[in-house]
Amino acid sequence: MSIVELAGVPPPPQILRAENLSAYFDKFQAVKSISLGIPQNEVQALIGPSGCGKSTFIRTLNRLHEEIPGAWVDGAVYLENDNIYLRGTNAVDVRRKIGMVFQKPNPFPSLSIYDNVVAGLRLAGIRRKSLLDEVVEKSLHQAALWVEVKDKLKKAGTSLSGGQQQRLCIARALAVSPRILLMDEPTSALDPISTAKIEELVVNLRKDLTIIIVTHNMQQAARISSQTAFFLMGELVENGPTKKIFTKPKDPRTEQYITGRFG
Amino acid sequence: MKPIQGIGRGDRRRRLKNVLALGSLHLIALIAVAPLFFIFSYVIYRGVPNLNFDFFTQLPKPAGEVGGGMANAIGGSLVLVGVASLFGIPWGIAAGIYLSEYKLGFTTKALRFVTDLLTSVPSIVIGIFAYAVVVAPLKAYSALAGSFALFIIMIPIVARTTEEILKLMPQHVREAGLALGLPRWKVILRIVLPGCLSGLTTGVMLAIARISGETAPLLFTAFSNDFGFRGLTQPVASLPVQIYNYASSNDELWRAKAWTGALVLVMIVFLVNLLTRIIMKSQSSRS
Repeated sequence: MSIVELAGVPPPPQILRAENLSAYFDKFQAVKSISLGIPQNEVQALIGPSGCGKSTFIRTLNRLHEEIPGAWVDGAVYLENDNIYLRGTNAVDVRRKIGMVFQKPNPFPSLSIYDNVVAGLRLAGIRRKSLLDEVVEKSLHQAALWVEVKDKLKKAGTSLSGGQQQRLCIARALAVSPRILLMDEPTSALDPISTAKIEELVVNLRKDLTIIIVTHNMQQAARISSQTAFFLMGELVENGPTKKIFTKPKDPRTEQYITGRFG
Repeated sequence: MKPIQGIGRGDRRRRLKNVLALGSLHLIALIAVAPLFFIFSYVIYRGVPNLNFDFFTQLPKPAGEVGGGMANAIGGSLVLVGVASLFGIPWGIAAGIYLSEYKLGFTTKALRFVTDLLTSVPSIVIGIFAYAVVVAPLKAYSALAGSFALFIIMIPIVARTTEEILKLMPQHVREAGLALGLPRWKVILRIVLPGCLSGLTTGVMLAIARISGETAPLLFTAFSNDFGFRGLTQPVASLPVQIYNYASSNDELWRAKAWTGALVLVMIVFLVNLLTRIIMKSQSSRS
């Protein structure tokens, strides 16, 4: 149960806040002036039908959207008090603090499991073996993969199964100790057992960081998130405590979507 | 329940079609590789009789004299191709990275067009260019000029294959690197390039094989000599040019040696190729 739901307790501090955020591909506006606050150390779910802009939105939160040729962003995103879109802010620095896991597992080819996990640190210049060893064990523990791979850390990352690869990617993202982890449909390419493992680890990760997860699967949003935002045609229709969104939505469109009448 | 259909006439016809289709594919494949085998075996057949240790260690003897080798040409070719590769491989790969990874609209398109154009320029034209910019100012044929010509030939080949290989790497792998807070150049150099290593090596090998056999651009740049490598500013012999000279001579011994030279040239390319693959394999199995 989320803290938000307990009466009389002040809402948790917001770690991330989008303000009037719009995202474009050339002239096409995929995200329309969205304002949304993300509570710290909670799981925020983004739901909505295909093409509603939720993936584009999440990619603006770590400034990955702008890497696509012709893509641009208008508005502001505050990480605590700093606007990540402030002129002069380096996208690389933003991404150190806001990690990401993608829809398809994408371990780095030709790198071992160990090297995959430490890639972010090593390429940032950290070489101390003892520190790297420590990070590998901790991150793989957090990603619930340690037990399965601890004896074959030198094997190629791509030799793992799809579900393991995805957890490896989670460990890789966690290794650089981000404040926030963005997950763009992280289980949509996985089987139910792998999905369950990832859902479980996401819930456990909440104590360490804030998670924002895009999902097609409404049951998944209901199971793991404390706050849910419903997107439609590039707009934010409704955002609130997950329980409320799924039981007493304010907007009729939200109700139609969660009861399966479209999308 | 009806009996399962499948032993009838229609089925037999289907199987016959299958056999015919498969057979003709085998035949076409055979026709495609037949010239290679023919060239290989004929070069071996004509080249082996004069192949001996002296061929690799001795300098050429005058026409009509028995003995001697092509040490000058073998060494010269290694120098020419080596120097050209030393600069051509990094240069070509850098250009390929630019083409594949930095989509800057007009500049990229223009560069790709020019690269394609350069690939199709006859190599003798590149030889003339090397003559004009290196031989003429230095007033001498030189190994440097020959290497320069081969270098120019090498760049577009390496660049285009690098571009094609890098494009095979899925976009989301690059995004994963960027999402870790790595700058783009690091993602390319440390993640994308190592991931494409075997493909890149193949491209580079093809380019090396191609320039190893180039004759026309060396005729009036590196020229030739009979005494081996004497520095980058001196003329130097090369296998293709030596083969060309020997094969077009009146001397029967020389013409026979041209075949041996051809065999050595093919062997060098083959060995470099094989060696690289073995090294690559042992490295990839270690990680």
